[in-house]
Amino acid sequence: MELVQNFPFLTIVLSLTCGVFCAVLKAKGARRLCLIWLTAAFVMSLLTLLYTLRTGDYYVYMMGKWSAPWGNEIRVGILEALLATVFSGVMILSLLGGMEHIFQDCPSQKINLYFTMASLLMSSLFALIYTNDLFTAYVFVEINTIASCALVMLKYSGKTLVATTRYLVMSLLGSGLFLLGIVTLYSITGQLLMEPIAAEVQRIWAEGTYSLPLTVIIGLFSVGLAVKSALFPFHSWLPEAHGSATSSSSAILSGLVLKGYIIVLIKIFYRIFGLQIIMTEKVSNFLFVFGIVAMIFGSLGALRQKDVKRLLAYSSVAQVGYIYVGIGLNSRAGMLAAIVQIVAHAITKPMLFISAGGFMEVSGGSKAMPDITGAGKRDPLGGIAFSVGALSTVGIPFFAGFIMKLQLTSAAVESSTPRMVIALIAIALSTLLNALYYIPTLYNIFTNRQDDKFQDVKAHYRWEYVLAVVTFIALNLSFGSFSQHVVGAINDGLAMFGM
Amino acid sequence: MIAEIVQHLLTNYYETTAMVLFGIGFTSLLMHRNIIKKIIGFNLMDSAIYLFLASQGYIQGRLAPVVTSGTDASLYVNPIPTGLVLTGIVVSVSVTAFLLALTCRLYDRYHTLDIDEITNIARKEQD
Repeated sequence: MELVQNFPFLTIVLSLTCGVFCAVLKAKGARRLCLIWLTAAFVMSLLTLLYTLRTGDYYVYMMGKWSAPWGNEIRVGILEALLATVFSGVMILSLLGGMEHIFQDCPSQKINLYFTMASLLMSSLFALIYTNDLFTAYVFVEINTIASCALVMLKYSGKTLVATTRYLVMSLLGSGLFLLGIVTLYSITGQLLMEPIAAEVQRIWAEGTYSLPLTVIIGLFSVGLAVKSALFPFHSWLPEAHGSATSSSSAILSGLVLKGYIIVLIKIFYRIFGLQIIMTEKVSNFLFVFGIVAMIFGSLGALRQKDVKRLLAYSSVAQVGYIYVGIGLNSRAGMLAAIVQIVAHAITKPMLFISAGGFMEVSGGSKAMPDITGAGKRDPLGGIAFSVGALSTVGIPFFAGFIMKLQLTSAAVESSTPRMVIALIAIALSTLLNALYYIPTLYNIFTNRQDDKFQDVKAHYRWEYVLAVVTFIALNLSFGSFSQHVVGAINDGLAMFGM
Repeated sequence: MIAEIVQHLLTNYYETTAMVLFGIGFTSLLMHRNIIKKIIGFNLMDSAIYLFLASQGYIQGRLAPVVTSGTDASLYVNPIPTGLVLTGIVVSVSVTAFLLALTCRLYDRYHTLDIDEITNIARKEQD
């Protein structure tokens, strides 16, 4: 075994350890430790990615060398390593970009806990990406829930407290259903690792016994994880939680946390049940329909917002809809589009939230639309980043969002006729709506103010903010221009996924 | 048909009870306005799942899998469901602690436990 093969396991465990140490350090020390560790985790994930690209095959890492039915496993392929690299990179940039606000918004004696929670969150995201064991997935889903709620709550205000409570209650409902799904599946298959379950499920399916329980289980998993990833009818908690948190938290929650659950759902669908069963059970139809509705209604919700962060949060609801439409197309091309959207949204939405944080700073801390008028002129770098993010989400060529829409459209064209028509209309409509709320916002942040409020305010650029924003812009443009490599890697990764 | 279903439900009475409890817990977590009742609902929901798991792992007459010399291995029950229950309990204890801490903060600030009332007050106040 090569040294590189240990890295995925180390990133999970050492992130947990880093969180523990951050809890006993002072704010500055915790910040330093957390950033150093996250950079190390990013490098390790990158090395893992290069290793899997070189070998062109996945490998299974057994904990304590116990083999399949007894031990716990993580499974590392190109897709997993790629997602881990992107997620850890985005995590670092989101923390850097909102660093000043973390120190302003959190009570001073509790800032170190922010980094504790960020490390725990990173650890759970790594685990959700890599794990091969359903119960481990459940435990890390709960760690993810607690850590992300704490990230919202650490900005101490009435709004965040209420938002956290609603977020936590909805998340717990979701994880209750998810746990019930795991337990029921365990009771009919007797396995917890994905490959043995998949074998058992295929056997049960072929025999035709337990077909009702299987339907119920798929339903439990889908509803549970859809609640947690804010698919349309269950999205009510999201705008409040993502809109009221400090800018780093909003960036991390929108960009990464939602995706963690979707990745688990994708793994359950395609590694345990397989396309055939999912198609016969018609679950993908439900996800497809709700995804379409989310694309439209998320954008309509965003149109009504008078507050830039809530606008971005509603836009996330619509973007999650795109992922579910990709999954719901129930084809390999659809999955490819869904994963491309996971990556594209993970690098776009945090940039928008970070630049919105920059606007708030030059607008007296307000995020209301009238107050941020002209903010793009007072904070030119944030203005450019917001424009790039907005244009990318609308789907202008050479930006990341365009690649996603291209993939999704071509996947839709390949699918059966009714789906193709619905998906194409929805994509067109949603693009139009995206433009309808992003273009006025862009216009707003670049117009001159009528009054002389905030006239003398100039952005003080700190290196963290500049580094984060410039890297985000570069990432978005390079993903948009050189997408064939990333899409190719995702395609190879999906092949390893057994699709 | 119906008699058959009732017969099945009665045979697997542990599982039936667990599902009924899960339903009660789920609805209270979703519907109740009082946060403490929500927390009780959450605990009920999770305990129902542990009851379900534990009943899966229980076989009458079999032994706990503690290795002693001279015991026939076929007499042991599968230890995994019990292990899962323990792990699950740890998770729900920490979530309950988090929820209770959150409730303390909410009560300190708003002097009520009614989530609708708190939401109304919070909507009116400035950031």
